[in-house]
Amino acid sequence: MTEALTETRPIRLKGRSFLTLVLTPELPLDGWLQRLDDLAARSAGFFLRRPVVLDIDGLDIDRPTLKELLGALDKRSVRIMGIEGARASLLGFDMPPAMAGGRPAPDFEAPDAESAAEAQAGKGAAAASAHHPDPQVARAIPSIIVNQPVRSGQSVSFPEGDVTIIGSVASGAEVVAGGSIHVYGALRGRAMAGSMGNSSARIFCRKLEAELLAIDGYYKTAEDMEPQLRGRAVQLWLEGDAIRAETLI
Amino acid sequence: MGKVIVVTSGKGGVGKTTSSAALGAALALRGDKVVVVDFDVGLRNLDLVMGAERRVVYDLVNVIQGDAKLSQALIRDKRVETLYLLPASQTRDKDNLTEEGVERVIGALRKAFDWVICDSPAGIERGATLAMRHADVAVVVTNPEVSSVRDSDRIIGLLDAKTAKAERGERVEKHLLLTRYDPNRAERGDMLKVDDVLEILSIPLLGIIPESMDVLRASNVGAPVTLADSRSAPAVAYLDAVRRLTGETVPITIPGEKRSLLGKIFGRRAA
Repeated sequence: MTEALTETRPIRLKGRSFLTLVLTPELPLDGWLQRLDDLAARSAGFFLRRPVVLDIDGLDIDRPTLKELLGALDKRSVRIMGIEGARASLLGFDMPPAMAGGRPAPDFEAPDAESAAEAQAGKGAAAASAHHPDPQVARAIPSIIVNQPVRSGQSVSFPEGDVTIIGSVASGAEVVAGGSIHVYGALRGRAMAGSMGNSSARIFCRKLEAELLAIDGYYKTAEDMEPQLRGRAVQLWLEGDAIRAETLI
Repeated sequence: MGKVIVVTSGKGGVGKTTSSAALGAALALRGDKVVVVDFDVGLRNLDLVMGAERRVVYDLVNVIQGDAKLSQALIRDKRVETLYLLPASQTRDKDNLTEEGVERVIGALRKAFDWVICDSPAGIERGATLAMRHADVAVVVTNPEVSSVRDSDRIIGLLDAKTAKAERGERVEKHLLLTRYDPNRAERGDMLKVDDVLEILSIPLLGIIPESMDVLRASNVGAPVTLADSRSAPAVAYLDAVRRLTGETVPITIPGEKRSLLGKIFGRRAA
């Protein structure tokens, strides 16, 4: 009975983004489903194992019709993981959840008859991969610059990339970044870098007096910080599951 | 058109009401026409500090709700004839302040007075946000201790976000008034240093008011400290602060220190 009753390791809350295929139905639905069938016929299993989101923004349909549409898609083995652009009243508990905040990504290439034929001939692997370039390749990391101090009670959140603050981050303020955080001033509040699951994110500040520091879900409170780092210019990074720190200059 | 000043702090008990009365009286002593408006509906105190508690008939809420005319609610000071008070209601609460009502009253006061001083309630809720809503200038009252400084920082953030000026893309002019500064405690090191407070808040310093029995004595006799004894240390500090507020350059002295900090303080003015 030596097992500790309480697990001291905290639960990590991570963010992750996936590229989904978005279907945008058009009225009349019968015609649209017909075209979907044509597409599926050219490439068997195109929708298999793909996360699919239904975008019904601006589509004038009621709840029973939406339910019917979902049923029709289900019959075609198209599994809908979420619905975008729906009024809350349209969605029931038995339907996929509402989704919002999506950002555009490059369009999927629909399989044409030629590549389908190639694939059937068993030599389509190269052609198919050329049709689906990896959207993650060589993308510039976006960043924002905040030109004023972050005051107590204020929150700067930028999940897309780096945040640079020209000024101080006050006690009771927080900065959340998907990438690294740079503070050209005193860091007295909270800084959370790599919030979307980026373990190479770092935190830099001119004067470390932070209440809480976190990188990729691992965190350190003011109490856990080495006292000799306080008041110094410091950079912090993640090594394994430990936050490491060293003074700058 | 007069200037609207909000005297605010976030934290309670730091000296907002004392400062509103003292600054108002000091501006009126220069001959300017001044009205001090008590926004602390439900917990009014400004009438006591200004010695007008026995002359309150109508109040801010009456004017906002249309039960009284502005001229009926304004109380003229008996000592300085260009100084007026618009008292708060003690029997109502802050929900009686409407956004349109406050805008109308402040607009009317701005036309009739050189200075409209809004004494904000503590907190960051409706009363405080309405008091700062139409301000051109903010005097942020802070004590040299950590909780007060953090609350002031929060208020400065709100001044940059929630005021009419901020919504128009302009900036409210902000000044720091450091109050209840105790030279003895400063010497012992159990109070934040002036430099530390300025570094954290990074707004220009308007003045340092020493902790003094004169402030208590003045409010007991119902007079703003600048009228009760204009030669007392806090009165001199408030009078100097008003000269800075009106654009004069007056060196800042830290109470208990003889050395002038003109270069030091003004050298590091920020934002």
